[in-house]
Formats: sequence, C-alpha cells, structure tokens
Amino acid sequence: MNAPARPSAPSTTARRAPQAIHEGFLAHRRYRWAWIAALLAGSSVLLYALDDPWPRPNGGTALGYALGTLSAGLIVWLSLLGIRKRRFTDGPWSLKAWVSAHVWLGLALAIIATLHAGFQFGWNVHTLAWALMMGVILSGVWGVVLYQRLPRQLSDNRATASERAMAAALAESDRALEAAARPLGDREAALVRDALATPAVGRSLGSRLAGRVPRCGTAAALRALPEGDPELAPLRDLLAARSVLLARIRTNARLKTWLQVWLLVHVPLTVALLAALLAHIVSVFFYW
Amino acid sequence: MEPSEELLDVAIVGSGPAGLAAAARAARRGMRHLLLEKTDHLADTIFRYQKGKHVMATPPQLLLRCDLAFEAGARETVLARWAEDAAAAGIAVRHHAEVTEISGTRGDFTLGLADGTRIRAAHVVLAIGTQGNPNLLKIPGVGAPGAPVVQYTLDDPAAFVDEHIVVVGSGDAGIENALGLAADPAQGNHVTLLNRSADFAKAKDANVKALMAARDAGRIAVLTETAPNRLEAGHMVVDTRDGEARLRCDRVIARLGSAPPRAFVEKAGVAFTSAAREAFPLLSPQFETSVPGLHVIGALAGYPLIKHCLNQGHDVIEFIAGNTDLRPADEPILERVFAGLQPARPVDDWIAFLRARVSIFRPVSPLQMRELLLDATVRRYAAGEVVFVKNDVGASLFAIAEGAVEVEIDPGPPRRTATIGEGSIVGEVGLISGRRRGATVRAATPAILVELPRTAALRLIGTVPDAGAEVDRITTTRLLLQIFQSGLVAEDLAPILETARTVTARAGEAIVTEGETGDDMFVIRRGSCTVEKRIGGRPVFLRYLPAGSYFGEMAVLDGTPRTATVRAAIRSELIRLDGAAFRRLFEARPELRARTLAEMAARRALNAFIEERKDRFGSAVDLYSETAAFLVENGLGEATDALLIDERLCVGCDNCEKACADSHDGLSRLDREAGRTFAYLHVPTSCRHCEHPHCMTDCPPDAIRRGPDGEVSINDSCIGCGNCVRHCPYGVIRMDSPPPRKPGLLSWLLLGRGPGPGEPPKAWAKAERARLRTEAPPKKAVKCDMCAGKAGGPACVRACPTGAAIRVSPETFLALAGRRD
Ligand SMILES: Cc1cc2nc3c(=O)[nH]c(=O)nc-3n(C[C@H](O)[C@H](O)[C@H](O)COP(=O)(O)OP(=O)(O)OC[C@H]3O[C@@H](n4cnc5c(N)ncnc54)[C@H](O)[C@@H]3O)c2cc1C
Ligand code: HEM
Ligand code: SF4
Ligand code: SF4
Repeated sequence: MNAPARPSAPSTTARRAPQAIHEGFLAHRRYRWAWIAALLAGSSVLLYALDDPWPRPNGGTALGYALGTLSAGLIVWLSLLGIRKRRFTDGPWSLKAWVSAHVWLGLALAIIATLHAGFQFGWNVHTLAWALMMGVILSGVWGVVLYQRLPRQLSDNRATASERAMAAALAESDRALEAAARPLGDREAALVRDALATPAVGRSLGSRLAGRVPRCGTAAALRALPEGDPELAPLRDLLAARSVLLARIRTNARLKTWLQVWLLVHVPLTVALLAALLAHIVSVFFYW
Repeated sequence: MEPSEELLDVAIVGSGPAGLAAAARAARRGMRHLLLEKTDHLADTIFRYQKGKHVMATPPQLLLRCDLAFEAGARETVLARWAEDAAAAGIAVRHHAEVTEISGTRGDFTLGLADGTRIRAAHVVLAIGTQGNPNLLKIPGVGAPGAPVVQYTLDDPAAFVDEHIVVVGSGDAGIENALGLAADPAQGNHVTLLNRSADFAKAKDANVKALMAARDAGRIAVLTETAPNRLEAGHMVVDTRDGEARLRCDRVIARLGSAPPRAFVEKAGVAFTSAAREAFPLLSPQFETSVPGLHVIGALAGYPLIKHCLNQGHDVIEFIAGNTDLRPADEPILERVFAGLQPARPVDDWIAFLRARVSIFRPVSPLQMRELLLDATVRRYAAGEVVFVKNDVGASLFAIAEGAVEVEIDPGPPRRTATIGEGSIVGEVGLISGRRRGATVRAATPAILVELPRTAALRLIGTVPDAGAEVDRITTTRLLLQIFQSGLVAEDLAPILETARTVTARAGEAIVTEGETGDDMFVIRRGSCTVEKRIGGRPVFLRYLPAGSYFGEMAVLDGTPRTATVRAAIRSELIRLDGAAFRRLFEARPELRARTLAEMAARRALNAFIEERKDRFGSAVDLYSETAAFLVENGLGEATDALLIDERLCVGCDNCEKACADSHDGLSRLDREAGRTFAYLHVPTSCRHCEHPHCMTDCPPDAIRRGPDGEVSINDSCIGCGNCVRHCPYGVIRMDSPPPRKPGLLSWLLLGRGPGPGEPPKAWAKAERARLRTEAPPKKAVKCDMCAGKAGGPACVRACPTGAAIRVSPETFLALAGRRD
C-alpha cells in the first residue's frame, strides 16, 4: 500500500492555516493575543510602579493620560466587534482572531483602566464608567465560560439528531398520540389533548433557562394513567417516548438560551458604558 | 390496418424543439411530411416544465436558424409562439401517435404506431428526447373492467379521498407519492406501498426515514418482499414470502422507473457509440445513424439545449432535401477556435489534421470532434512557453498535435525533465483526480496544443470507448513508470498493459482482503478507497487513497499475502493489472526487481511499525477508525474541500450562514444545522467540491465548472432545470431566486430598517418586491462556490467567532479524525 502516486500538492486548507483546525478562539495562533495582552497589562503595571507622580497617581498625570487614552481606545475597539461580527466584507480577516483579541485585550483592559483611575473611586460619573466597564468585562468572562462548556453538552444532548429531526419526531408523536387516543375514552382523550396543548419549549425566559415547562401535559398524563392496564399500554408507551423527546428538546433550548442570555447583559452594558465613557471624557476636559 | 398508400418524404417522430423545427422546415420546403407526437400537445418536455418557468436561450454565441422564433421567456410564451409559427408554416401533425416500431431503410421506412396504424416514409427523423417511457405494470387484470385503475404519474396527491391506493415501486418517486397521498389524514386514504426487495436501497435516506416514520405512525402500510401478482375487481393480489395475499385496492400507482429510449432506438438498428450509459447514437455529420435514411437529432443525439435542437431540426431537413452546401451552424464558433493558428485553413481540414495526429482523437467521429472542439482552445506555443505550472488548479486535458512538451519532474539542480511527444496527451492526472497540477509543463519545441476542459474530456472518455481506453493506457503507463522507477522503459510495460482490465467496485466492497494471496495490482481510475487492517480483531483505518493512487504492488514484487484490506469508499472504477505479467518481467530482469524492492523499503516500514505496536492500540484507535469511517460515509472521501463544524466549539450563532448569504446575493449556500454528527464532528449540508462532481453529470448548458481554486461552481448560464439538484447525493444545491437588496448594516443597527444580517425571510423578500414593484428573478441553482475570487477565502470560516467552522481536504480530515481532546 502506498501514498498516492501523484506528487501530493499542498491543499487549499494547508495554504490557509493548518493549525487552525485544532484551535478554538482562546488558543488562536498559540495564544498570541494572550501574550500580547499580558505584555500590555504587565508593562502598564511596571510603569505604574516605577512612576512617582505628585500628589498621587490619577488620570491627570502623563502616565494617567497615556493609560486613559489606551483604555478608551480599547473600549471603542472592543465595542466595534458588534459591527465586525455582522459586516461580511471580503478580506483576510477572521472573526475568530477578532474574538480572541477581544477576550484577551478586554481582560487586560480591566487592569489598564484601573491603573488609569489610580484606584480612586467615588460616587461620580467616572467611577460609574469604571463600574460599567467591569460589568461588561465580568459578563464577558461569564460568556467565555459558557462558550467553553455548553457546546459539548449541546452536542451530547442532540446526539446524532438535528433540531429539525427532533421537531419532526415531535410532530410524528403528535399524530401518533392523536390516533392512539381516538378509540379510547373521554378521560384519556382529555389527557392527550392537554399533552398536545403544552408547548414543547417554555415561552418565558425563565422557563427556557430552567429547561422546564410548568404543568407539562405529557408528564401529567403519564402520572394519571395507571401502569398495569394493557389497553392503555400503547398510549403510555407513546407518552413515555414523548417525554424523553421533550426532555431532549427542552435541554437543547435551555443550553441555547444560556449561550445567548449573557449577551443580553454584555451588549446593553456596553451601550451604557459607551455613554458613560463619553460623559467621563467630556466632563474631564470641559469641567475639570 | 394496411400501411397507408402514401409514401411520405419524411416522418418526424417527437414534437420537441428538435422535431418541431424539422417539421416547420419540411413544411416550408413543401415536402410531404408528418409530425408524430405521442401526447395531445406539442413539445411535451417543455409542456411539463413548471408553470411560468423562465426558459433560457443558451449558448448566447450560437446563431439561431430555423422557422420557429425563440428567445428567453416564460414557458407559456415560448410554447404559444411555437404553436403559432408551426401553424403558419403549415405543418402536418398527428397527436396521440406514439411510434413503437421503426423498420426499413432509406426510401422505404415503415413506422408502427401504438394504435396499430402504419405509416410509410422515405426518411425518418427521430427527435424523441431522452425522457423515455414509464415502465409498465405487467400483470394480469390491468385494464380489465372493474379492476383498479392503474396510473404511472401522480400530479396532485390531494385529488384522491377515501380510496384504497397501492403504490408499487421502492424508489424515491414511489415513496414520495405514497407520503403525499397519506400526508393529510383528513383525506382518509388507505395507502399501501409494495417493495419487491427487503430494503429501500434505491431511495434517498431522508425519504426512507420519512416512510418508516409514516409506517410506524400507522399512516402507510409498507409491505416488503412483496410483488404484485394480478388485479381483480376492487383488489390486488400480491405474492409475499409466505404466499398470496389479497389487498383492497381502488387505484394502483406504479412508479417502476422509466426505460431510456435507447432500447427502442436500438431496435430500429441504430448503433450507439458505446455500451456506457452516457453513450449517444453514432451519427454522421448529417445526423444520419448507422441505418441509412434514419436521422437522430436533439437531446437524444446528445444536444440538450433548445437552441441546438431547433438548429438541428432545420439542418437535418436541409440535408435530407439534398442541400449539401449547408455549413453547420457551429462553423463560425469553430472558425474562432482555430483563428489563432496560421496558416488559415478550413475547419474541416483542421479537424482532419487533429484526428490524424492525436491518438485519442483517432476514434472520434468528425461530428463528435466538432462538438468536442466547441469548448476547446487550440493554440501554438513557442519553445519554452509554460503550458501550466505545478500546483495550479486546473483539470483540463492537453493533446499535443504538433511538437513536444517537457514535464519538469524535479526543478533541480540537477533539473530532471521528461519529454512527451506529438500525438500524446498531458494533464491527465488532474482530469482523473480533480486535483492540482503535479508538475510544471512547458513546450519543448514550437508546438500546437489542444486544451479540452474537464467536462468535454470526460464526455469524450465516456462516449468514445476507444478514446477512453487510450487515455487509460497512457495514464497507466506513466503511473507504472513512476512507481517502478528503476530503469523501466515504456516498452517493458507493453505486455503488462495488455492485461489491464477495468473493474468496478460498489461502495464498501473489498477489492483486496488482508491475508489473502493474490498478486494483481490496482490503480484507482475513479472514486477512492480506504485501507484498513485488522488489529486485535477490529478493523483499523489506515489510509485514504484518492483517485490516481495504486495498491497491491508489494505482492507483485515478492508474492507475500496482502497486508491490509482495501475497500472502495464510494463506487469506484479500478484498473487491474495482472500479477503474472509482472512476474514474467521481473524473472527476465532480476536486477530490476532487486532495485525496486530496495526503493520500496520505506513504504514497508509503516506496515511493520503498525504490526509491532498492535498490542498498544486501544480505544483511541477505535474512535479514530470510527470517525474516519463516518467522514468517508458522509462524502468526505470524495471531497476536495468540505466544511466541517467542531461541535465542541460551535455556539449555534449561525454567523457562518449569515456570512454566506450576505456575501452571495443574499442566499445562503450552507445549512449548518442539517447533516450528521459523530464524535463532535458535524458535517453540515454544504458542498464538498467532489473530485468527480456528480452535479455536473447532466447539466444541459454545462454551467457547472471547476474553477481556478478547485471550486465547483455554477455560472450564469444555468437554465434552472434542476438536474444538478437531483444528481448531488449530498443535497447541497437548491433552486432559488435572490432576494432584493437589503438596507445597509448601520441603518439596521441604528434605525431597525430591513431584516438584518443573513438571508432575509421569504416574507420580507416578497413584501419588498411588492413595494418596489419588481418581479422575482428566475430561479437558478445555488450552491457554494468556496467564495472563489474573494480575498480572505470562504466567508463561513472567516465569520465563525469561535473557530468551530473549518474547511478541510481529505489529506487533513484524517488528521482531524485522529485528534485528541
Ligand atoms: C426542467 C427542465 C428545464 C429545462 N430548461 C431548459 C432551458 O431553460 N433552456 C434550454 O435550452 N433547455 C432546457 N432544458 C432542456 C430541454 O428542455 C430539452 O433538452 C429539450 O426539450 C430536448 O428537445 P428534444 O426536441 O430533443 O426532445 P423533447 O423536448 O424531449 O421532445 C420529445 C417529444 O417526443 C415525444 N415522444 C417521445 N417518444 C415518442 C414516441 N415514441 N412517439 C412519438 N412521440 C414521442 C415526447 O412526447 C416529446 O413531446 C430543460 C430541461 C428540463 C427537464
Ligand atoms: C469593556 C470591555 C468590553 C466591551 C466594550 C465588549 C463589547 C462587546 C460587544 C459589543 C460584543 C458584540 C456582541 C454582539 O454584537 O453580539 C462583544 C462580544 C463578546 N465579548 Fe465583549 N466586550 C468587552 C469585554 C469582554 C471581555 C473581557 C470578554 C471575555 C473575557 C468578552 C467576551 C466576549 C465574547 C465571548 C463575545 C461574543 C463573541 C460572539 O459570539 O460573537 N468581552 N463584546
Ligand atoms: S454540489 Fe454535490 S455533487 Fe456537486 S461537487 Fe458539491 S457535493 Fe459534490
Ligand atoms: S459561525 Fe461557528 S459557532 Fe456560529 S453556528 Fe457557525 S460554526 Fe457554529
């Protein structure tokens, strides 16, 4: 046995980025952005320690200005991810690289901006901007943790089925239940009707995050039908299969909701932060 | 009935564009003619396009010359115009006239119709297209009074209520009909599907699953290993494994496939170019078959575009009427093909020149040559001029009509080259494997080369068996010289090549089996194979062999048993070379064997390595093997570049789809969610850019091409016929029309205008069109083009925030299978 006889030409993928295959956004290019961020934060700390301003470190010193400008630039750039993510222009950019830089530089920002503030906090618009920034950063960390853990669970839960296959299976289950209940009595028919009437996935954010639907008709029907009755056995089997399917669909919806819900914190806080940042800069330069 | 007295000048069978144009010409010329059409309307194929379909008029450079007007437009407009023009020309047409038999020869043909009528004609023009006839249900009781109605098509499943319907046939058509009939329980139909065999091997997976679900839900009765026996009043009697059974039955829908018209045409005595499925009738430049006076034109002759059909209808009548001066309609195009060559010579001379010089053109008829050259490039090269460069993507084939070329085997130093002389071909490796060029080729002397695009070259190989055999002979010789480098020359190989046989293998079939003895050697001509070895009782996946690879050469050298099993990954064609012939060669030249053995030592090292470690393989190897098998099963084995999603990273944001849509006319060419998953690797519904794209099989305007980056893409000449959708086994092509332009990103972000990034919902597109008062453009085939020509490469990969979306070629997907967590 042997390799192909033709000289093996470099594949297109190889020309692109061979190592990219194994790397997620955190590890992008062997943690290039982690190093850069560490360098940036490290040198900021070093300069801060070496600097001996009078009367005390704050945003008004030379280093304070430098760190402040850097922080503001970073914040604006970090916010631009929202645009980059949706502008699919040609060109050698990769969103993965952007997210990688976003995450690591965003973490560095926590240090740089705090140094810029010189650990001076109070009840004013300046500290509000800092707090909002920390809120954005913390929600970002939360997002990264979710991005690291949930995709696998999502995949495990779906196993080999797709969402569409699950939906089709549910529609199939609807029909089978209807057919099975038709010859049975009023009580059974009512139970099945309730089971069919319960939505597969909860409508409120809370029930989606919990992955449960209050008063699930399928579960109720299973509880209400006696186990031993041979006449009801086929109906019970259908309901049992349906409850397994529903559990899967709900877990799927739960995980997907969690993967998105943190952005509902991250993005509005970003908007608030940008407003506060503007107020901070304006007040510093015009009312100082 | 007696043959009618009158002898027609010409009988024209089939009223598609080809037959209709022929009838119009015959009428204008005042010939005694009759157009025979099996249905009750003209041009059945076009009649059956979906309502309002936009009929396209390609190729644009071809001039139309016929008595019917034709320009691109709605199906209804085209048909109405033809009906008018046909009437104006005064054609004689007979509907409900299915020709079932043709006998005789020039001057005295007899055509038998299904209703028993006989018609006599001096000439016959066959223009029946390629639709064929549905296979009939041949059991007693069909058509008997009171027996169930038997029908072969199902136009509207909603038309039947409260009936007992038996669907016969286990292909996609049968399954889809059965599902359609049972879809709405309110119709109250009792649907039964009969399948002669135990499984549904012929049908698409999705259809089989839907059928099984419908059966489990009690909506359709599925009877396998059951065949219809006879029809009785209100019943069908069937043969099951356990004997006869009687089914209630009001209606039978028989979907038994259709017989291509070839058998019917052959019965009239017409010879075909080969036994291959792609073959066409053997024709003279005047469209005359091997039966004098019997002509074939249109799709049946291998020209599926309406414009070609119309022109041929005109031309064939001119030829029959004795007009020998008529130049073919393609003459101006061919003149342009040869325009760059000096001295200027007539097209026919150039064609004769090429056929005399080039070995693969020798068996090709002048008419086929014309067709072949329409897409070709013929030009002179100066000595030293580059023909193609190593690693270029290109799959065209070059034939050397004059001079010689030089293949750079090693750029050196020292530089090593091999010369290929006049009459031979070069570039065949790309043609076979669909991959990049393996070496740089230059003209060694001033030369004339003919460049055939891949599809034209493949058509040549498929339809002219002797040309195909010649290509095989040349490629196999070169491959063997490359494998057994040791001073072997082409002459040594002649006796071995004599033994070459082409064998086909089904997907999954073992070609050689580990531990068996056998000394034949194999070269993969089409398709691909996987190599596996049993270790600790389990098969372990070793390697993937694409087209152009070979195996079995070790047994040839030393006669040891096979060290691994090689299976076809997909349906494959292999060239088998006889081991005995090799042995004779090596016996005569023992020094050759010794040297070859030494050169191959490195290749054996891997096998030895695996042998030695076999106890240490554990579950990691199992996972690797299973993952590799999964990927091969999902078409990655024949892919050149496919999208995979690492589900350990995918957050389901669908940014990949949105990017695809927004960088391609607003239509996404990938469906991330659909498709199968194994070990966190998800194969979405997206083009694999197959080595041998199935989608290219039957594209009338030849709109699907392999581009400069290896991408398989569909160009603007697509006529929207949907053939590619049916041929692609991975369901990645869809027919759709691009939505109107969306408002920009910022006006969406800040003002909430428009539907936002990604493919807009159909409802938005419809409302927007209503607002703009524009029509939807015609639907065309849409698929991934690998973002060819876009800086930065595929948008799906660039737009994935997490790195989950990756594109891989077979060389890298196995590395992926072996990845650890
Ligand atoms: C969905 C679809 C869309 C297409 N779109 C386009 C397009 O936009 N532009 C384009 O150029 N091409 C298009 N094509 C291709 C084109 O329609 C056909 O290749 C063309 O119609 C072939 O013409 P023909 O005259 O050779 O045969 P056909 O048009 O197939 O006509 C054959 C006729 O012969 C009759 N017949 C068959 N057997 C017998 C018999 N034994 N006795 C008597 N009569 C018989 C049939 O009823 C039929 O009317 C499309 C094809 C399809 C399927
Ligand atoms: C002040 C600092 C930050 C700002 C202003 C900011 C802003 C943003 C914005 C605007 C988006 C785009 C969201 C969208 O449009 O969907 C985003 C996404 C994201 N941010 Fe931040 N961010 C900051 C810090 C961080 C930090 C520190 C982390 C992680 C440690 C982080 C992790 C992420 C992630 C994972 C995404 C999602 C990427 C995607 O799914 O497309 N962010 N951020
Ligand atoms: S469209 Fe289908 S057949 Fe054609 S190259 Fe892509 S995957 Fe292969
Ligand atoms: S862009 Fe990446 S993370 Fe988002 S759905 Fe596609 S593959 Fe998954």
